[in-house]
Amino acid sequence: MSAISAPYKVPKRRHPAIAFVVHQPLGAFGLAVIAIMLAAALAANWISPYDPLAVDYGAMLGPPSQAHWLGTDSYGRDVLSRVIHGARTALAVGFLSSLTGSTAGALIGVASAYFGGKTDLLVQRLMDVVLSFPIIVLALAMAAILGKSIHWGIDFNLVIAIATPMVPNVARVVRSSGLAIRELPYIDAARTAGFSHARIILRHIVPNVTAPFLIMLTAFVGQAILLEASLSFLGLGVTEPTPSWGLMLTGAAADFYQQAPWMIVFPGIAISLAVFAFNLFGDSLRDWLDPKLKV
Amino acid sequence: MFRYIGQRLLLTVPTLLGVALLAFFMLRLMPGDVVEVMFMGQGSNVPADIIQQEKARLGLDQPITVQFGRWMAGILQGDFGVSMWTGRPISYEIGIRLELSIEVAILSTMLALLIALPLGTLSALFKDTWIDQTIRVVSIAGLAVPSFWLGMIIILSLLSFFHWNPPLTFTPIYQDWKANLSQLIWPALAVGYRYSAVVTRMMRSTLIEVLQEDYVRTARAKGVPERLVVVRHAMKNAMLPVITVTGLEFAFLVGGLVVTEQVFNLNGIGKLFVDSVARADNTMLQSLVLLVSVFYILVNLAVDLLYGLLDPRIRYR
Amino acid sequence: MKLWTAIAAAATIAAVAAAPALGADTPKRGGTLVFAVSAEPPNYDCHANDSFAFIHPVRPAYSTLLKFDPFGYPKIVGDLAQSWTVSKDGLSYSFKLQKGVKFHDGSTLSSEDIRASYDRIRNPPPGVKSLRKAVYEDIASIETPDANTVVFNLKKKNISMLANFASPWNCIYSAAKIKADPRWPERNIMGTGAFTFGEHVAGSHFTGKRFDQYFEKGKPYLDGYKAVFLSGAPMVNALSSGQVLVEFRGQSPADRDRIVKALGDKAVVQESPWVCSLVVSFNTRKKPFDDVRVRRALNLAIDRWSGSQALGKIALVREVGGLLRPGYDLAASEKELDQSPGFRRDMDHNRAEARKLLAEASQSGMSFTLLNRNVKMPYEPVGVFLIDQWRQIGLNVKHEQLETRLYLAAQQKDSATFDASLDFNCDYNDEPNLQLVKYLSPSRSSLNYTGLGDAKLDELYDKQSGEFDKKKRYALIREFEKQAMDDAFTVPTIWWHRIIVHDKRLKGWKITPSHYLNQDLVNVWLDQ
Repeated sequence: MSAISAPYKVPKRRHPAIAFVVHQPLGAFGLAVIAIMLAAALAANWISPYDPLAVDYGAMLGPPSQAHWLGTDSYGRDVLSRVIHGARTALAVGFLSSLTGSTAGALIGVASAYFGGKTDLLVQRLMDVVLSFPIIVLALAMAAILGKSIHWGIDFNLVIAIATPMVPNVARVVRSSGLAIRELPYIDAARTAGFSHARIILRHIVPNVTAPFLIMLTAFVGQAILLEASLSFLGLGVTEPTPSWGLMLTGAAADFYQQAPWMIVFPGIAISLAVFAFNLFGDSLRDWLDPKLKV
Repeated sequence: MFRYIGQRLLLTVPTLLGVALLAFFMLRLMPGDVVEVMFMGQGSNVPADIIQQEKARLGLDQPITVQFGRWMAGILQGDFGVSMWTGRPISYEIGIRLELSIEVAILSTMLALLIALPLGTLSALFKDTWIDQTIRVVSIAGLAVPSFWLGMIIILSLLSFFHWNPPLTFTPIYQDWKANLSQLIWPALAVGYRYSAVVTRMMRSTLIEVLQEDYVRTARAKGVPERLVVVRHAMKNAMLPVITVTGLEFAFLVGGLVVTEQVFNLNGIGKLFVDSVARADNTMLQSLVLLVSVFYILVNLAVDLLYGLLDPRIRYR
Repeated sequence: MKLWTAIAAAATIAAVAAAPALGADTPKRGGTLVFAVSAEPPNYDCHANDSFAFIHPVRPAYSTLLKFDPFGYPKIVGDLAQSWTVSKDGLSYSFKLQKGVKFHDGSTLSSEDIRASYDRIRNPPPGVKSLRKAVYEDIASIETPDANTVVFNLKKKNISMLANFASPWNCIYSAAKIKADPRWPERNIMGTGAFTFGEHVAGSHFTGKRFDQYFEKGKPYLDGYKAVFLSGAPMVNALSSGQVLVEFRGQSPADRDRIVKALGDKAVVQESPWVCSLVVSFNTRKKPFDDVRVRRALNLAIDRWSGSQALGKIALVREVGGLLRPGYDLAASEKELDQSPGFRRDMDHNRAEARKLLAEASQSGMSFTLLNRNVKMPYEPVGVFLIDQWRQIGLNVKHEQLETRLYLAAQQKDSATFDASLDFNCDYNDEPNLQLVKYLSPSRSSLNYTGLGDAKLDELYDKQSGEFDKKKRYALIREFEKQAMDDAFTVPTIWWHRIIVHDKRLKGWKITPSHYLNQDLVNVWLDQ
């Protein structure tokens, strides 16, 4: 009797956000870290104990202490303040690059999938060209030809340079998602009924490629942060005295490593943590929204 | 099959032409040229006529289209020209560095596969257990740690703890394999860690998918031992996307290891890229870009063909 | 910090004083010297190169007519020349050559080779890049009365001509070879130096072997040398692990400390002032740098004295000086410097005056960009320092570090886009005729990127270049300096400091104020 009479419990409708946290703890952790970093970056000016650009020759290469929690670098600048402000650069450049690249890639991918035929072929070739082009030459050429375009503390030309290699990757994935939709009969029906291209794309194709788009967007932020670090290492990205985690790892840090290991340990941890968080979140987002997606 | 290969190869031509055009014009649009870098950078009062003379000798004062035409004509005859910086044939300059870069790429791939295949398999078989979570965290960490930073840490650890530095110059593996490996194993490790992370994740996700397929269920229902199920049926089919991603990463390694080669001071293609960019050696850069693109395209083609050969569901018409 | 300064000073004195002793032991024959070079030469022609990247690997294969005493800078001694005389009127220099000097291919050196080489320098055939052509314009003719004598006749007196003959760049080539193909030395190395060419693996290393028929009997002591192309952290690591024994350009104080810590008592440190300085140039074609008040204000705001103390700990710079190297006998004394704008010690006063000048020119709180090279040592720290100094007079200055090609392009004469730039002024010796070229009018000096010249400066330069009376020359140079600081289109900031850390097995090499000198490796031996 008990086996039959136990009433069927309707599962409670959880808020999707809470469901996400419960099912994807790692992803939630990643999201939490990102949120903390974002908060720190926005509040950088208030929470930094020192001005990240303030040179203090009297306090050069100081170990972590009461006055300087993470020590000072070779110019006497406070490492903690520079790491906090570095979050600004990293998140701004990382997020903007990823947004730009992913959006451009998505638009191209959708157009390519929808219009097909000659457009598709041409776009495919163009994407191949960009894909097989070495990133350093691309980044350098853009930096040289476009120069620096710094507004609100962010170099927008650097953003474009980092966004460029992402475009063909996103375009490819969005295109294959879009192709799958395009083959469906109701698209043909819609065309026959006289709906405009724009309406069909917006109504039917876009919602279906949103999931891969969001996933790639978050995944690429981590990549963008790493790319910015590499370019700064080569002198092609952000330059002194702007605080940037990648820049903090190069040159002076390598020179003073043995005397002042804190100069490369903390920025390195910061980069790894940021990229780690974004990857965790991106992964979990993928598992949650579209597990079949191979990103 | 051969028609397919032929078609694909034909399609690479417009791509390569696009790359050549892009590279050429992009490089020429950049301010500064090799003559200025060579003669004006060091603080000598170099007479203006000497600078003009040298620019004319290198053909830098010609219109861009003429310069491009000359270069293309040369390529079609198999002549890649000489470096604007050293005057030596580009085929020589690239040739002596290619061996090192290819070897590092191969070593990294071997290391990556050695780590990734077992780890990815374990992670998939023990999905959602602590084994899986640990491996996933380790993999994601591998993607997060900048490989040049890891390289710096490796070198400095070797120096601090063992007071040892890898050999400074390259010895080919067939001449002295000990010297060769003691130099190249370290960059292979730094690069391999990240590489293995990518492959591990791909291995894990495809294996999980495959293990849920019908034919696996059937095999299990038929009573086939689990090990056989995994090895014979599941892995073989999971390998295909893994091969794809391995191939793509490998294609990137030759010429893409710019920062790693700086950190380890390797005389490879990546370092040649950086040096040529600094020197404004446009002829070298053009040829390098073409080389890297060709390599990338060919590896892509090879991977696609391999995929087609191994996956019976795909037939190339 | 004062304690450290004292210790550093004591160590410096000890190191430099101990240096002559390096030549005192009996040299041992044998061994291969492995050293690092941080850049690679594009070709092998001495006359067409001007970088240490060329000198360090290739120079040992060649000889010059005269050279700077390897153990007694700035004394000039003979290399291929056994003795020489200068005519009373200073218009004729006559050299007697060493006997029995052989080229690496076995042919014998004669005065014809000297003449052909110098003709190549001052009158390069088409296609030959003789970079220092302008320096030898005063030579009217070269005569070779016999196989062992060379006579140079000048158009006018030139006090630096003797130093010119000792220039490390004036390699003597075989007349026969350059007659057959004037560009032959670009791809081929064949001279009279102590070492013959071994191999050059592009991007990797360069080697040389002892030349058994070198004209100085018993030398060179080394069996050979290997120059490995390394830079940055890999170079410091190689020095720390003993894989290379020395790097001949110079290490930063931090590198020195790291290497000394790693090598312990196997390390020897040699330090010396360097004939190199960093200068700030203003683009006078752009507002507001056409206003001399603005330029003077920016110059006044730089606290050179305390800045040099701090920078000296982290960078390759240390000495405060004007247009000439402090310590050189023709350079301004410290007392004289104290009178010069920008060098006065009272910084509060200086900054107030700077602000006043800016206000007068209506440029208070202006912002501009400092163009700098993309090279860490010492450009970056000095750039950061300057920006901080200008911040303290209320200015907002951005730091732009560019790749060399872009850096140079921004300063191109006909299309200069920079505001202010930080650059170096180096040469192989203190000679004012070389050091002051940067301050000449743009029509005369390709080193002047500011777009402004001063006829008075050009005049003073010409006057002092032929002035053999030291006192008079000193006075002329002080006038030149004062005028240049008044014009302020280029102002000196700080002078470099050379630090060489090497393995103690390296003997027979003494540091000089120039990294272009003393690199023929003739006296070097290994104590192992």
